Amino acid sequence: MILDIQREELLISQLADLLKNDKHVAVGAASPIPGAAALLAKEEAKFLNKRLRVTILHSNKYNNFTDGARELFDCAAQGRIDTFFLGGVQIDGQANINLVGTGEYPKIKKRFPGSFGSALMYFVVPQIILFREEHSPRTLVKKVDFISAPGVSERGVYRPGGPKYLLTNSALFKFNKNLQKFSLFKINEKETVKNLIKVTGFDFDVDNKISQMSNPDTNRINILRNEIAPMVSEFYPEFANRIWGI
Amino acid sequence: MKSFDELSLKEIVDEVQDGFILGIPADYSGVPMKFTKELIKKGVKNLKLYCLPLTTIQGDMLIGSGCVSEIEAAAVTLGEFGMAPRFSEAVENGKILIKDSTCPALHAQLQATEKSVPFMPLRGVIGSDIQKHRKDWHVIENPMRSSGVREEPVLLLPAVQLDILVFHAPCSDRNGNIQIGRRRELATLAHASKKVFVTVEKILDIDFFEDELSAATCLPALYVNGISIVKNGAWPCSLPGVYSSDNEEIKKYSLAAKTEEGFGEYMRYCL
Repeated sequence: MILDIQREELLISQLADLLKNDKHVAVGAASPIPGAAALLAKEEAKFLNKRLRVTILHSNKYNNFTDGARELFDCAAQGRIDTFFLGGVQIDGQANINLVGTGEYPKIKKRFPGSFGSALMYFVVPQIILFREEHSPRTLVKKVDFISAPGVSERGVYRPGGPKYLLTNSALFKFNKNLQKFSLFKINEKETVKNLIKVTGFDFDVDNKISQMSNPDTNRINILRNEIAPMVSEFYPEFANRIWGI
Repeated sequence: MKSFDELSLKEIVDEVQDGFILGIPADYSGVPMKFTKELIKKGVKNLKLYCLPLTTIQGDMLIGSGCVSEIEAAAVTLGEFGMAPRFSEAVENGKILIKDSTCPALHAQLQATEKSVPFMPLRGVIGSDIQKHRKDWHVIENPMRSSGVREEPVLLLPAVQLDILVFHAPCSDRNGNIQIGRRRELATLAHASKKVFVTVEKILDIDFFEDELSAATCLPALYVNGISIVKNGAWPCSLPGVYSSDNEEIKKYSLAAKTEEGFGEYMRYCL
């Protein structure tokens, strides 16, 4: 049977693959796709008799915290969160992220919401997955206009965490901390490396094990649509309605 | 004598003076929307909003109505409904000063005031442009011999005290203790504020301190200056555990507020 996989479902599936070794995944603001991926990974971990805890910040139900909004940051600083997701208005080749706006700060041209908790989470969570659906020279830039959180830090700065992956509609990159550079790891079947070089504002390496993004199998898509979708509608009703019509 | 002051909403609004630092709860912790609209009607000016750690429609409405001169926040957004249009417009045109911060810093600055210490250290943030533009923040080397790494640079944040905090909660008990559930950041805000007022859906004729469960999830009346019963006081925002947000209404706002005219029309209808 050939399934009609939606773009969002492919991204959820790609992210879920990166959470297989985790014990605790946290998901922040405005992140329906990472939220669905975390819950999917949790459900699949059960089949392997593994326990994955998921904390969705904007959910009352899928949330492990009782000590107020600061607990996410305290918990992360204690090393109790394995993976967190961050986005960006702009992301550059050194994995600096900008959530504030474009133009020269503070006389900004186009203002976006702000940095949220990125300036701590990026430092202390071992696996940060950068996630930005739009793959274009506008979002993936040579140098960000404002650094909400830096991709790498000088020696001496406390930094057990940092960027590990960057996922877009078109590609999955790994971040190489030593080279301070992204490396193309997986590519959407509708894309070519040649075109990606054109639409990416920064230089990147191509991994010698580069492969195509694999579609979720029937089993996974069934779990996603039947079990995860109703959960997502609790905390991202608009998204769940748009993707799954619930 | 009654153990707390029950006030009218107008009496709470009258406590807010021009230029005050006003504590703003996040969208998940009980946004006092009815209070906010009354505040706008009153025409308060030059408020400094301190958001813990972000604001949605409440901040955007206050900014669009010209009540705000300064905002300290980690984000201003309408969440699933996109950007906060009046906020973005005001920043782009230099109408308000934004002190860009990050969530844990906003918590830590209030935690310093809770403990009555002059500053609080925080890890992370170093090397960001947030830090670069915050002249009130300082980086020192860790001076401790017994903990951490000696030469490690550490960020210090000043204690911040709020002039006034207003939030909306499900209920209080007969002694003026407020049910806040797991939204403990409301306690942090209250501890760090000179005055605290709460709008509630109802006042219950029970004592939260008689039961360990309710005692652990309330803000003691000791921190509260006055309570007002305001039904549906968070609408169209959600009140955790009581009602969810009215997404149709927030969407309506998000579309209307895209232009100054649309915002003005919306406010005329909603006030």
